[in-house]
Amino acid sequence: MKQGAAITNCGTLPLAEVPLLTRAEFGRFVADSVSGGSRISAMFACDAPGGLTMYAVLAGASTGQICVASTKPSGGMDSIVPECPQAHLFEREVSEEYGIEFRGHPWMKPVRFMEGGPASAATCDFFRIGGEEVHEVAVGPVHAGIIEPGHFRFQCHGETVHHLEIALGYQHRGIAKALRGRPDRRRTMLAEAIAGDTSVGHATAYCSALEALCGTDVPARAQVLRGVALELERMANHIGDLGALAGDVAFLPTMSFCGRIRGDVLNITAEMCGNRFGRGLVAPGGLVRDIDGDVAGRMSASLSKAVSEAEEAVSLLWDTPSVIGRFEGTGTVTRALASAIGLVGPAARASGLELDSRRDFPGGIYRMSHIPLSVWDSGDVFSRALVRWMECQRSAAFVREQLASLPGGPVSAPPADLPRNRITVSITEGWRGEICHVLLSDDRCGILECRTVDPSFHNWFGLACAMRGGQISDFPLCNKSFNLSYCGHDL
Amino acid sequence: MLRIIRARLRQGHRTTRYPAGPPPSLPERYAGMPVIDGAECPSGCSRCIDACPAGAVARCGRSVSIDTGMCVFCGACETACPRGAISFTREHRLASRDREGLIVKPGAAPGPRDIFDAKAAAVFGRSLKLRQVSAGGCNACEADTNVLGTVGWDLGRFGIQFVASPRHADGLLVTGPVTLNMREALLSTYDAVPEPRIVIVTGACAISGGLFRGMPATSGGAEGLLPVDLYIPGCPPHPLTILDSLLRFLGRTGPDGRKAPGGRIRAAKPVGEPE
Repeated sequence: MKQGAAITNCGTLPLAEVPLLTRAEFGRFVADSVSGGSRISAMFACDAPGGLTMYAVLAGASTGQICVASTKPSGGMDSIVPECPQAHLFEREVSEEYGIEFRGHPWMKPVRFMEGGPASAATCDFFRIGGEEVHEVAVGPVHAGIIEPGHFRFQCHGETVHHLEIALGYQHRGIAKALRGRPDRRRTMLAEAIAGDTSVGHATAYCSALEALCGTDVPARAQVLRGVALELERMANHIGDLGALAGDVAFLPTMSFCGRIRGDVLNITAEMCGNRFGRGLVAPGGLVRDIDGDVAGRMSASLSKAVSEAEEAVSLLWDTPSVIGRFEGTGTVTRALASAIGLVGPAARASGLELDSRRDFPGGIYRMSHIPLSVWDSGDVFSRALVRWMECQRSAAFVREQLASLPGGPVSAPPADLPRNRITVSITEGWRGEICHVLLSDDRCGILECRTVDPSFHNWFGLACAMRGGQISDFPLCNKSFNLSYCGHDL
Repeated sequence: MLRIIRARLRQGHRTTRYPAGPPPSLPERYAGMPVIDGAECPSGCSRCIDACPAGAVARCGRSVSIDTGMCVFCGACETACPRGAISFTREHRLASRDREGLIVKPGAAPGPRDIFDAKAAAVFGRSLKLRQVSAGGCNACEADTNVLGTVGWDLGRFGIQFVASPRHADGLLVTGPVTLNMREALLSTYDAVPEPRIVIVTGACAISGGLFRGMPATSGGAEGLLPVDLYIPGCPPHPLTILDSLLRFLGRTGPDGRKAPGGRIRAAKPVGEPE
């Protein structure tokens, strides 16, 4: 088998050193890497100096190794989806953007319904089940509640869902294109807006990629505070979701408490930069602003209070049989399926997969301080809830420890010029899972291509699979147990 | 059951007393309404204009103005100014009923604008049901609108609720730069809201397109697509900003943001047919 080039997280290579494989070799490289235990972190095409080029980034959690390879896809490719299901959305994306044909792809449709393509996700063809008394349920794009838009098409027989197809693209803003060109403040903020609930995660992944390319040495204090902000983001979202899960099974005490506590955690992030979502905190080179000892002390005290209140609120869930009865056995994704479709983050860990970028591809502070892996293997809503709670507790301990021993020094390194024609892969464990940003520089000190893969891109199909054989009335609960990003997927 | 009761006692009653009492405190580094001291501007200087990632700072005579409908409150202009002519105050009351009112000019007082709408107060003052539509929003505005429904804020106290169907709604609260792919759904949702109806746009994206302004897959916000009754700036607006906007708009609080006697500041006028 032809090999890719090995690269570490936030390592960088000259573009010329990325192996150029034939289309057949490229397909084999991806499929064999996946069957050997790696995952596709990113696979995309872009207009490189030598014409249209397709890149694949494979991440091997067990080896800690990231491999990159490329090919010239023009003329069409044989789809690897029949033997490597996790490639399905990546191939669809390349096909939508560049018209490349993937022969044998089982379900070729647009991903984001970009300008010039078919009008709407809801009016496309859907996979349909025929037969007596089979009925379709169409939901969205505008859903009940305050939630982003997407379209869900269920194939049902009575209450039972036999198939769910998720059609997104409504939130497509064109961020990937906008991130090309010379890096500036607006582009950093656009990276933050890839998914607002993951502002710190995406900003960290994006800035780390730029820093890797430029060879910027980010000061230790900034690395630590980035880690603090990342873990606060994780806690706020997990606590909010545990509350929302309680709400979905009509258990109001935990819903009420956690809804409020989530805000308390956001307010701790706001102590750092004035913004509850951490907007304007992370910048290339480090942080926009430092915090002093008083702020760190306040943050730590607020966090202790929030965590002890969350502990009490969440323990009610585990002690209430009617809640556990709804959580257990609902929306199960087996370990084998999770691995085949390439799930990441808490959803993967809740199906027993030992994956966590903070451990597997550590960057920044995670190279120095380790957070234990939170894994449970039942693969159901209960498991996804439990994993989130374990993560919350471990993140809280980490944040308190870091705030108590902040290194001194500056929080920002001076900017450096982008080198020409290089590639870097930057991986950050966001609260939903692996955030991967791949940056390619051009020959004029700009960004040729910035590919951002939100964890939701991997996980939406997991939600569809979780619903199979379940009841349609359990959809809100399943959906919330994943709580994926629409805009992060649609870019 | 006993454990639940015990937890409830320990967690306590945590709904803010606002507007009867003080509002929840804002973070120390919160950036609210900007003020511009035009006398400080060196001639020909454009550092703040160049520094703004959102294109919100524009020439205004020999000084500049800041369009808070485009501003993402990042403070880049404040940092860039060598003379300290721009500063962001802690004023969280940012809303306006017209687009022009969002533009902060040199020397303007940083106080809130009067956003009381007598007609809206008469029709919706005691019961306002809104349908939220996210049209390309990054989920930050959505999240901090959603938070108003939690016990900490308890929006329901004011008769304001978010409902599932536009048919049950008195208006829309729109977030996001309105992507091309959401235009039709947004307009259809608006059409489904019975009259009289209002439109509230929340966040820089929905007001002007925000950071996405000029990007071909977006429409530059709801402006020009829908008749807007209330603009709430921010990226995202703090929940307190959103709540204050709704309450003053409906006259549930006075211009100073304090609770109005009887929950109303002016007698309801009879309302004619909407234009």
